[in-house]
Amino acid sequence: MSDREYVIKAENLSFRYEGAERYAVDHVNLEVEKGEFLAVLGRNGSGKSTLGKLFNALIEPTEGTLTVCGMECKTEDDAFAIRQKCGMVFQNPDNQLVATIVEEDVAFGPENLGIASEEIRRRVRWALETVGMLEYRKNAPHLLSGGQKQRVAIAGVIAMKPEIIVFDESTSMLDPIGREEVMRVAKQLNRENGVTVVWITHFMEEAAQADRIAVVHNGSIAMADTPKKIFSKGQALKAFGLETPDMSYLAQELRSAGIMISDEIITVEEMEVELCRYKSNT
Amino acid sequence: MLSNITIGQYFPGTSFIHRLDPRTKILLTVMLIVCIFVSKGFMGFALIALFMLFCAKLSRISLKFIIRGLKPIAFIVSFTFILNLFLGAGTDVIWEWGVLSITKQGVRNAVYMAVRLVLLVTGTQLLTLTTSPIALTDGLERLFSPFKKIGFPAHELAMMMSIALRFIPTLIEETEKITKAQKARGADFESGNLLKRAKAMLPLLIPLFVGSFRRADDLAMAMEARCYRGGNGRTKMNPLTFAKIDLIAAGVFTALFAAIIVLNIFGIF
Repeated sequence: MSDREYVIKAENLSFRYEGAERYAVDHVNLEVEKGEFLAVLGRNGSGKSTLGKLFNALIEPTEGTLTVCGMECKTEDDAFAIRQKCGMVFQNPDNQLVATIVEEDVAFGPENLGIASEEIRRRVRWALETVGMLEYRKNAPHLLSGGQKQRVAIAGVIAMKPEIIVFDESTSMLDPIGREEVMRVAKQLNRENGVTVVWITHFMEEAAQADRIAVVHNGSIAMADTPKKIFSKGQALKAFGLETPDMSYLAQELRSAGIMISDEIITVEEMEVELCRYKSNT
Repeated sequence: MLSNITIGQYFPGTSFIHRLDPRTKILLTVMLIVCIFVSKGFMGFALIALFMLFCAKLSRISLKFIIRGLKPIAFIVSFTFILNLFLGAGTDVIWEWGVLSITKQGVRNAVYMAVRLVLLVTGTQLLTLTTSPIALTDGLERLFSPFKKIGFPAHELAMMMSIALRFIPTLIEETEKITKAQKARGADFESGNLLKRAKAMLPLLIPLFVGSFRRADDLAMAMEARCYRGGNGRTKMNPLTFAKIDLIAAGVFTALFAAIIVLNIFGIF
């Protein structure tokens, strides 16, 4: 345990909206490792988005402690420092772009940090290149597709050079192509730039691509494990209002029918391989 | 129907006029407006009109485009023209009918007023066509920043303006979407008298309002998440700087201004 580096550490983290009876986030203990791709999975109203907002210091914990990159949010300045380290990409692509030109929008974050003009220009170029939107730098955001807008939003975040990026259901308003684009960029940032990703979603197929899944139910972490382990517990998932991916479900059904294939299958390809292996063995 | 609004429409380019610092352009446009109002006669207007033609030529924006931008004010221009024509004071009566009369001075006033309005709109159009909204708000922010000391919210105003400009297309899109959705549910926006049609707009406006409040909320959060905390300590990717061309433009404008004053003093109409 000791050689692992945690960028987010929550202990008994709780949050209650003003006037609400129930905790939206209820005594959560969670650690996010540096460089990890963590999916936070839960159905609507499970408290997963509130958790994301806590990580970004947009809201303050009601109880418990939360350390982001070694910082606790006590004052306005702490919040400012945390937001610099932990960026956030939101759900609605239209509602998070500020400027009328792509390039200016990406510059918005660095400008807020008070970085020198020369460095801002360098960062904006790098950020747009990283998300593959450099050729659109002079465009107006409203003329872009949903996936492109989200990529611009990601560029706006990475231009601030954060260590963590929280994606708060960033694909839920996109078409399949846009979803694919955003996921690809997130994975690339995680793999090539060592950015820790917290991917909040209710799509099983997306969660399946993460290193680890934390299932959120009624504000607390119900399970946290690798995707394969999580999806093999189909019945438990159902209780949290979540559907297992089709292939995991099929695998479980086959197993209960006496066809003993692996219970850690998520994709069609894996199923194909496993079935062929099973067939050649019998 | 909504997508052809030209307010604040920017025509990208790299011409002399485009490259001027927005502050220069704003100040010179103000100067031009002053010119339009102080000039009293045909010569002055002709000079200004020629000068504007020259600017339009320099900016490489087609005249057709500029003239199209005048369409929305056609009604106001003709209205003021008619009003001035019939109700203008004067002694040399040409035609009279009850309280209505046309006088020589009235005709002149009417024509000048119409010309003034057209020149005014053309002048400001040249500004908005050659200056990106971002540059425009940037320029305004910088121009008004000396007044920050007495509590004038220069940065906040500029920010509000640029956000408004950013969301105009989004809201237009949303209006069209809601219109379609309501039409599909049997809403009728086209028939009936004015009052009926205004009432029919209600189911369009309410969702639009609710939607924009939600948007505002989302945007505020997104801005906070990106470390926005007002104008203090902010830097700019492309800070504004005055260059040689700004000096040239200012020189040319001063010459024009002087010419108008001279025309006025010597009473050359």
